[in-house]
Amino acid sequence: MQDSGIQVLFQGTNFLRLWEGLWVSLKIALISMLLSMILGIILGMIMTSKSKIIRFICRVYLEIVRILPQLVLLFIVYFGAAKHLGMNLSGEISAVMVFTFWGTAEMGDLVRSALISIPAHQYESGYGLGMTKLQIYRYIIIPQTIRRLLPSLINLLTRMIKTTSLIVLIGVVEVVKVGKQIIDASRYSNPTAALWVYGTIFVMYFLICYPFSKISSYLEKKIKD
Amino acid sequence: MDIEFIRSYYPMYVTAAKMTLGIAFFGIILSLIIGLVCSMIKKMNIPVLKTIVNIYIELSRNTPLLIQLFFLYFGLPKMGIVLSSRTCATLGLAFLGGSYMSEAFRTGIDNVASIQTESALSLGFTRWQVFVHIIMPQAIATSIPVLCANIIFLIKETSVFSAVALADLMYVAKDLIGIHYKTDEALFMLVISYLIILLPISLIFGWLERRMRYAGFGNTSTVPGN
Amino acid sequence: MSEEILKVESLVKSYEKDQKVLHNISFSLQRGEVVVIVGPSGCGKSTFLRCLNLLEPIDSGNILFKGHPINIKDKNVHETRQQIGMVFQSYELFPNKTILGNLELAPLKVQKRGKQEVEEEALKLLERVNLTEKRDVYPRQLSGGQKQRVAIIRALIMHPEILLLDEITAALDPEMVREVLQVVLQLAKDGMTMVIVTHEMEFARAVADQVVFIDQGGIVEEAEPKDFFEKPKTERAKQFLDTFHYETV
Repeated sequence: MQDSGIQVLFQGTNFLRLWEGLWVSLKIALISMLLSMILGIILGMIMTSKSKIIRFICRVYLEIVRILPQLVLLFIVYFGAAKHLGMNLSGEISAVMVFTFWGTAEMGDLVRSALISIPAHQYESGYGLGMTKLQIYRYIIIPQTIRRLLPSLINLLTRMIKTTSLIVLIGVVEVVKVGKQIIDASRYSNPTAALWVYGTIFVMYFLICYPFSKISSYLEKKIKD
Repeated sequence: MDIEFIRSYYPMYVTAAKMTLGIAFFGIILSLIIGLVCSMIKKMNIPVLKTIVNIYIELSRNTPLLIQLFFLYFGLPKMGIVLSSRTCATLGLAFLGGSYMSEAFRTGIDNVASIQTESALSLGFTRWQVFVHIIMPQAIATSIPVLCANIIFLIKETSVFSAVALADLMYVAKDLIGIHYKTDEALFMLVISYLIILLPISLIFGWLERRMRYAGFGNTSTVPGN
Repeated sequence: MSEEILKVESLVKSYEKDQKVLHNISFSLQRGEVVVIVGPSGCGKSTFLRCLNLLEPIDSGNILFKGHPINIKDKNVHETRQQIGMVFQSYELFPNKTILGNLELAPLKVQKRGKQEVEEEALKLLERVNLTEKRDVYPRQLSGGQKQRVAIIRALIMHPEILLLDEITAALDPEMVREVLQVVLQLAKDGMTMVIVTHEMEFARAVADQVVFIDQGGIVEEAEPKDFFEKPKTERAKQFLDTFHYETV
């Protein structure tokens, strides 16, 4: 076993820099998730509209997100925007835009099916008690919807966090980029650094995502009962 | 949109697509096998193996494919294990896919009512025979929608293969943008490529799903009069 | 007269937390005999049947089949189960196989019999229950009564020595109950050894050689049908039978 390898983690601020890099990714995921939730609820409500045109547009939107890999969307925004909008979007901003675009679509679909699954007589009994539409949404519908959606939300967040690994390919300085810098810098002092650095990054992602997925399945079980 | 450019350069996309799909094919088959074996191990509750499978599933589902690939391609050589790009890509996809397929099969297996097992046992089937003849056919039929969704997911995941030095679709697009500055054309062909690959598959799977639902696989109803 | 095919000695079974489900049950079954078990819901009747079929473990006591002790932990437990057939309330046909497939699967795979012989017998049995035209159809297309008749002959094609029937008409609409019970009556006439759990009292009276009344996990009364239904000896049996009578309003 190479004994010099693991030293790379303890040299200087390497370890800390890796976490800082991961934090860049996490920030992007969290901001995108927040925006997606807000926009997603709105989209979900729009999707229950009776207009066929609106529903068609929404369907196309969802299909685009479903079919195209996130990396393709990232390329389109990152490289395409530079050409057409004349501005140089940073990788971070492109990522937030793409992830929000993606997250809103998923959220919208979730919200829509949650709204549909609430039986009509929930609305009707609210009306029967004399409540307005807004009150019904606020006190009856939305609370039930959020509770049901929580596992899926956390699931989406976890997937977003994993997908942020892609942004290294559009030039963002995040954990993998930092890792590569460390490996490069340690080329002579620690030739086996790559093993330890990528292994560590692997574990770091696991440490972040695993608790979330456990919470999500715990909540799912609670809801089933 | 420069049509001439598209006409000259689309073959590069075709080559890249063929290569990607070739790797994806083996990766997906492998992941289905891994998934089947893992779900069987979990169902049969084999002591040590079950724990290994559980650890594998958690590790694979909570880490990105890109990181798994970097580890395989850049990390392992430091331990003396050198794998080709194609092998890394196939193994990475199989590693990631295996856990998703396993969960799909497991749900299918769990949804076969236990009383089906009992009725088969009553006829004298051994546990293994019950698994092969009664549980697995029903489980696989029920899992098909999720398996199909997983396959589409895995094909989308192949977009990271350029990270392990494979000239895949993303690499070709990036290349054309960098060298020829034909951003629109390159991205256009990129999108078309993925649409051509995934739309037909998505439609076929949708058809398959509808057929299975029509076939009504599922537990026999115990509602009176049924 | 005939041999004792099944003997149960002091069977005790409990679920966790010392919930005794069956207390000290002792029971004897002769070949060709039809025993009907009746009793209030939840008193352990179905559990008892499942113990006989080695689907449930027992805490203490013995089950002897043709003189030999049998246990769920036996290595050849599946061989024993071939000889003790069971039909469930929810029919439990295999949805992924046609009716003919359902009938042939076990004889072919478990008993390793020849395909031709098995198919011939399956078709003969289908004819006995008037379901020949359903041979290539899937279970979901059948009515409850039809499914249950198939379930019965699926058990029969294995040539069991004993047939256990667990409330097989409880999930059926009244019109279908009769068509299923007719099949069972014919089996009794043909000399099949059976243990039947049922709520259908008229049927029980017609088919049983012995009636066993179980309440709260124990055998309260055992008698021939005539005696049991007309002159029940125990108070609890009387109360139970009364639940089936209504006073006119």
